[in-house]
Amino acid sequence: MANSTMESGVDPRARIQSQVEQSLRRRHAREKRFRRFGLTAVMLGLAFVAVLFVSIFSRGLPAFWQSTLTLDVRFDPAVLDMGPPPQQKPEESPRDFQQRLNAWNFQLTMASWNTILEDALIAEKPALEEHRRQLRKLFTSGAKYRLRDLVAEDPSLIGRSREVTLLADAEVDVWIRGNIDRSLPDARLQLSPEVRRIADELHEDGLLDVTFSTTLFTNSDSRSSPASAGLAGAFMGSLFMMLVVIVLAVPVGVASAIYLEEFAPKNRLVDLIEVNINNLAAVPSIVFGLLGASIFINWFRLPLSAPLVGGLVLSLMTLPTVIITTRSALKAVPPSIRQAALALGASRVQTVFQQVLPLAIPGILTGAIIGVAQALGETAPLLLIGMNAFVANIPTTPFEQSTALPVQIYLWQGNEMRNFFEARTSAAIIVLLLMMITLNAFAIWLRKKFERRW
Amino acid sequence: MDNMTLIVLLLILMGVAYQLGLTRSRAVASNTTGRMNSRPGYYGWLVALWCGLPALLVFVLWTLLEPAVIRSVVFSQLPPEMSNLSSQQVGNLMQRLGDIASGYGVSGEPAPYEVAAAETLARLRGIGELAKIAVMASLALGGLFIARGRIRPQLRARNHVEKVVNVGLLLCSGVAILTTVGIVFSMFGEAMRFFSFVNPLDFFFGLNWNPRFSSTGHSSYGDFGLLPLLWGTLMISIIALLVAVPVGLMTAIYMSEYAPSWLRSFAKPVIEVLAGIPTIVYGVFALMVVGPFFSSVGDLVGIQIRSTSALTAGFVMGVMIIPFVSSLSDDIISQVPQSLRDGSLGMGATKSETIRQVVLPAALPGIVGAFLLAASRAIGETMIVVLAAGNSPVLHANPFEAVSTVTVTIVNQLTGDTDFASPQSLVAFALGLTLFVITLGLNVVALYIVRKYREQYD
Repeated sequence: MANSTMESGVDPRARIQSQVEQSLRRRHAREKRFRRFGLTAVMLGLAFVAVLFVSIFSRGLPAFWQSTLTLDVRFDPAVLDMGPPPQQKPEESPRDFQQRLNAWNFQLTMASWNTILEDALIAEKPALEEHRRQLRKLFTSGAKYRLRDLVAEDPSLIGRSREVTLLADAEVDVWIRGNIDRSLPDARLQLSPEVRRIADELHEDGLLDVTFSTTLFTNSDSRSSPASAGLAGAFMGSLFMMLVVIVLAVPVGVASAIYLEEFAPKNRLVDLIEVNINNLAAVPSIVFGLLGASIFINWFRLPLSAPLVGGLVLSLMTLPTVIITTRSALKAVPPSIRQAALALGASRVQTVFQQVLPLAIPGILTGAIIGVAQALGETAPLLLIGMNAFVANIPTTPFEQSTALPVQIYLWQGNEMRNFFEARTSAAIIVLLLMMITLNAFAIWLRKKFERRW
Repeated sequence: MDNMTLIVLLLILMGVAYQLGLTRSRAVASNTTGRMNSRPGYYGWLVALWCGLPALLVFVLWTLLEPAVIRSVVFSQLPPEMSNLSSQQVGNLMQRLGDIASGYGVSGEPAPYEVAAAETLARLRGIGELAKIAVMASLALGGLFIARGRIRPQLRARNHVEKVVNVGLLLCSGVAILTTVGIVFSMFGEAMRFFSFVNPLDFFFGLNWNPRFSSTGHSSYGDFGLLPLLWGTLMISIIALLVAVPVGLMTAIYMSEYAPSWLRSFAKPVIEVLAGIPTIVYGVFALMVVGPFFSSVGDLVGIQIRSTSALTAGFVMGVMIIPFVSSLSDDIISQVPQSLRDGSLGMGATKSETIRQVVLPAALPGIVGAFLLAASRAIGETMIVVLAAGNSPVLHANPFEAVSTVTVTIVNQLTGDTDFASPQSLVAFALGLTLFVITLGLNVVALYIVRKYREQYD
């Protein structure tokens, strides 16, 4: 030791100190770097959330506004050449009356609604008379049925006028709002130059305007009239499926959690059930779709595309979630409660149902809501049981054909009219996200409100 | 009377039975000197169960069996040439007969045998309806009065009721087993049917994926090689893990060891939001935002990146599983005993040195388990890949090109197809079985590792 210090000729203490200081500096720099890495990771995570929400909302919000034409429509009796709707005669059978009513409705549908629409526009701007044939392209084809429904509801409208707000065609909407490059050559634009010019003129005059539109919420999907495609059908389908999940998965899941947590003896069968549930929770959702396609559709011959079948598949899928969360809610109830009840002479069933369960209810509800939210957002298994079929009606029972919100998003993102449906897709996502946020917020509120620390 | 009203009536009757049992047990109690075995409510419940359960059982069986019975009776009187219809035609015919029976018009003039069959159908349905109501009513009332008559102080009503509750709970937990059995059997059965068309060796080791359309005839099935799909799945999962593991792990470390509490209470729930977003949303996000972004970045750098590629799908999937990785790692890191950390810090190690050289090695098995769980989730993910991976089942190693995965192919082969006879749709079940086995294997290993690790510090 003494020798070596002599040889180097420097003060050994100072040398060691400088070494230590150097290494300390290095180590502290490394510490700082590590910290910065961590902070970067957190920031990246936050940035992903921000980018996701900002991009979805900025694309989707405009879809809640849509181009509409507000016109004074005259229901010209010369065009709507038909009598009053049939009334049932006393001697007439229901079948005959239905036939007459159908005939009347058919005649109403086949009336020349385009003429009425064109007349209404020309009445506002007489100069458009020379472009009469082009005018119908301004309206979405659903506008005709809108007028028809008005008359069917109130036949006395024939011969009178009424101000009606009608949706413009999707291509016109894209053009007016600049969702397409206006400098593209004619060949690559869907609208003819004439229609584009008329649309711009009408826009300047204020007849064609971009207004807040509720179509998205009130209409069902539509192929022939993209501008009036809405989410109502998919929304009802999702609602029915959530209902099925609530009715099936939640009670069954809670019951099996109670059994496993409170009653189950330690034996092979119970072990098997436990392992099973843990594994089911990790099975990819698409496998449940295959199960539904093979068992429910192919074997039990349940109807394709029905929310009932979708709900069944989603129930099986969410069952493990419900069971696992319910079990942890039951576990959180301290054993002293059970011991006190048992010591007072209550039976096990009484203890569980009268003491433990009421205390665990907030946790169970939270778990149930999380399970339902999970079911609401699931898409893949629904594709396999035919819920991606095009359905133009709003279902009124869980047995009718229907789609679901996430499936509607999938269908719309694949629509050929990219310019129009990109915004619609994002708008549907916004609706879906809002529903999920509401559900989750409710779950958090429940937990905060009823949470008890023991 | 439709089924809904029938059930509601039965429930009302059960309520009445409960009340009857209750008052009866009170009356019995006031007439005897001894104590009743159970509280009055249990006698009420017992009577209600006696009233409701048998009738309910009959109702369920009846509803399940009635259509088949009626169909066989109706078909037995149809002309013999109608006996070998496909199930689709049978359904259509029954629909038509039902329409004739209910008096609404059908297209075309109904044939005489159809009218006769429709009459039988209507008669049978009427009889069945009445018989069902009669049987259920007699069972319900019979059960009610028998149980009510049996009420005496010695009747162990509570034990009986609790027995029923117990059995009910057990049955409910059996549903989980039934589900697994259903998955295994349906997959296995259909996959076996697929393997009767295609050699399993060609499926598991084939290098080409090119199933032709089922309409091209039975002589040519095309190629059903699994490997390109498996490779695509693997590539996307690796990219996803490359994104999720560093970010998720560092997030967990920073959150648990460094972050001030205000940041933790804000950032943790926000990042958890990523876990709750439906996968279809990620898919659309990948398609509309991430894909074009990567593609334009590629243009800047001079690499050709397709906007729907393994990179796009893998990246977005990685973002999706960040919260999964971070919350699992967080769990595991917080389980490392404080004494290890204190020892290391006491020796003069810096915080990061403690984490890297003491905490992480100690937590390693658990973290590996977490990665495996994340990998299994990535492998089974569907919608992101359906939208963003580009669906091109070709073996190549370029992450900037389109690929296809097992899940995508299941969706493509089975969507909208209900005719499970051709290998083109049956292959979905073989793929599903493969997927099921892989994810199950990963999970079992991961859970084993995690559990082993937990025991280590308990």
